[in-house]
Amino acid sequence: MADVNTPSGSTTAGSIEVGTAGAGAQLAGPGTGRATVKQPIDARVSVKPSFDVNDFPVPHGREEDWRFTPLHRLGGLHDGTAAEAVRGEDKVDLGLPEGVSASLVGRDDERIGKAGKPVDRVAAQAFSSFEQALVVTVPKETVLTEPVRIDVHAEGGVRFAHVVIDVKPFAEAVVVINHTGTGTRAANVELLVGDGAKLTFVSVQDWDRDAVHASQHTALVGRDASFKSVVVTFGGDLVRIHPRVSYAAPGGEAELFGLYFADAGQHLEHRLVIDHDTPHCRSNVAYKGALQGQDAHAVWVGDVLIRAAAEGTDTYELNRNLVLTDGARVDSIPNLEIETGEIAGAGHASATGRFDDEQLFYLQARGIPADEARRLVVRGFFAELVQQIGVAEIQDRLMEKIEAELEETVA
Amino acid sequence: MATLEIRDLHVSVEAENGPREILRGVDLTVKQGETHAIMGPNGSGKSTLAYSLAGHPKYTVTGGEVLLDGEDVLAMSVDERARAGVFLAMQYPVEVPGVSVSNFLRTAATAVRGEAPKLRLWVKEVKEAMAGLQMDPAFAERNVNEGFSGGEKKRHEILQLELLKPKIAILDETDSGLDVDALRVVSEGINRVRESGEVGTLLVTHYTRILRYIKPDHVHVFAAGRIVESGGAELADKLENEGYESYVKGGASE
Repeated sequence: MADVNTPSGSTTAGSIEVGTAGAGAQLAGPGTGRATVKQPIDARVSVKPSFDVNDFPVPHGREEDWRFTPLHRLGGLHDGTAAEAVRGEDKVDLGLPEGVSASLVGRDDERIGKAGKPVDRVAAQAFSSFEQALVVTVPKETVLTEPVRIDVHAEGGVRFAHVVIDVKPFAEAVVVINHTGTGTRAANVELLVGDGAKLTFVSVQDWDRDAVHASQHTALVGRDASFKSVVVTFGGDLVRIHPRVSYAAPGGEAELFGLYFADAGQHLEHRLVIDHDTPHCRSNVAYKGALQGQDAHAVWVGDVLIRAAAEGTDTYELNRNLVLTDGARVDSIPNLEIETGEIAGAGHASATGRFDDEQLFYLQARGIPADEARRLVVRGFFAELVQQIGVAEIQDRLMEKIEAELEETVA
Repeated sequence: MATLEIRDLHVSVEAENGPREILRGVDLTVKQGETHAIMGPNGSGKSTLAYSLAGHPKYTVTGGEVLLDGEDVLAMSVDERARAGVFLAMQYPVEVPGVSVSNFLRTAATAVRGEAPKLRLWVKEVKEAMAGLQMDPAFAERNVNEGFSGGEKKRHEILQLELLKPKIAILDETDSGLDVDALRVVSEGINRVRESGEVGTLLVTHYTRILRYIKPDHVHVFAAGRIVESGGAELADKLENEGYESYVKGGASE
């Protein structure tokens, strides 16, 4: 755990625990230095996944999955009050390449709920309260040459949304959801990646400063399918994104990239769960964030579970944070639980560092002015990750956004 | 002709029990083309002099003045000093993750020269300078000082010296931690810059070893925060034989 609000940095890297092959959840007990047998990751979440909001008690902030979130800034998404408040409007603009279909359907549509259930009360509230779901389908073996674009501009009020991206077997698609405007929003995004299909899903949170947004992204990765998730969060007052991946069959691959930039007062939270319950699947997580300003707060929690059945799993997760000014706070928590020794690889790393006075002095001593020095460091920090996204148009846009954020840098 | 004048310089640092004076009246004039060796025991304040001239925020100037061609250096920010022509090769250069050496060098050269160097010429210039310091071209793609060995860090400092062409080069213990081969390569780099005749060099060192490769015009012995003796290159020979004992006796050295 990297909990930084002091000038020093903090680093954890690479340590993993490997249980005896076939021994189930034997990560604790006699001789392991642990008093009690640890529960699987999802058991730490207080309630079983459910579509029904009433199955979840109202969180109070002590719960493991809510302890970093300032509940009073959630706009009542967690306690039922938002569901009774005035609903807002979205302006949605769809860009659908040829062959892609989109439709609005009711909750009884059979395509809804296939990727997985809501795992917390806010996601369940979204599921219980949305009116119509947007279902985007990329037909079997259709290889798109341009992205599917979903531009959501929220115009205030409370919104509950549900989106299903259904990429049929052997299809290839890039889907970009772009969020702008403001409001209080809870959403579920289901990502169905068919056998042999490839999906790059990009979710950009470019909200106005006062927006509230909680969203669960639930991906189900098919046999030999590739899923890439790119989560980019710049705007909003409180944004909490929860990407989850599970595998429907062996051979699946998931890459989860994230990039966030928290300014003064913003709470940007990203929680990831990768559930390896199927053999011979891969996952790779890399999230990077920069923070500047008083009470800028970033939370990153990366949970990876390798179940006993998931032999041959290969997984790595990384989180890096760059603290640019005093007064910012990072909570970074990688978790890796392994119930089989028969894996290809598993690791994690988390590091939170400061752009410190010595770095600034060094760059300035070479003639580089302070603001340019800061830009140089942040640009380099993010560029490494942005280059891995693999969609040129999005990469360019992100670097532009980063430049724009840097223009606002407090000196 | 560029001239750095240091007059009665007093510098303090913040210590646990209030400010502590480290420099106690330093007087020194360095002219373009000259090489001055500042030698002294640990804790005598010679690194403080180097960092104070570059403007490190840890040091507070409490008296005196520093002029570069008559301009008040102490009134300039760190980056202004560098652009005015003051260069400090650091003893412990810091890592700058995420910033490649090539990007860093070009940004620095653009800042110091006032315009971006023409790309084709620049690539050639960097390549030649790196070859001269026996640096692998792959070095340019690494992040600044990240995972560099001690020798690589010093070569990288001298590479910057060659590319930024300052008026006054302050080399803070550039020889420390180098083996004989690396010391020779680094010294040759420094000599290439000196031979241009356009730089005044202030060589801060604890040992006389580097002076076998870089012949100083003037040697100054630093003790207890000021220059206590000045002479020609022969003074270094005396230090080689006798050490610093006669200077620290009864002095305020730590």
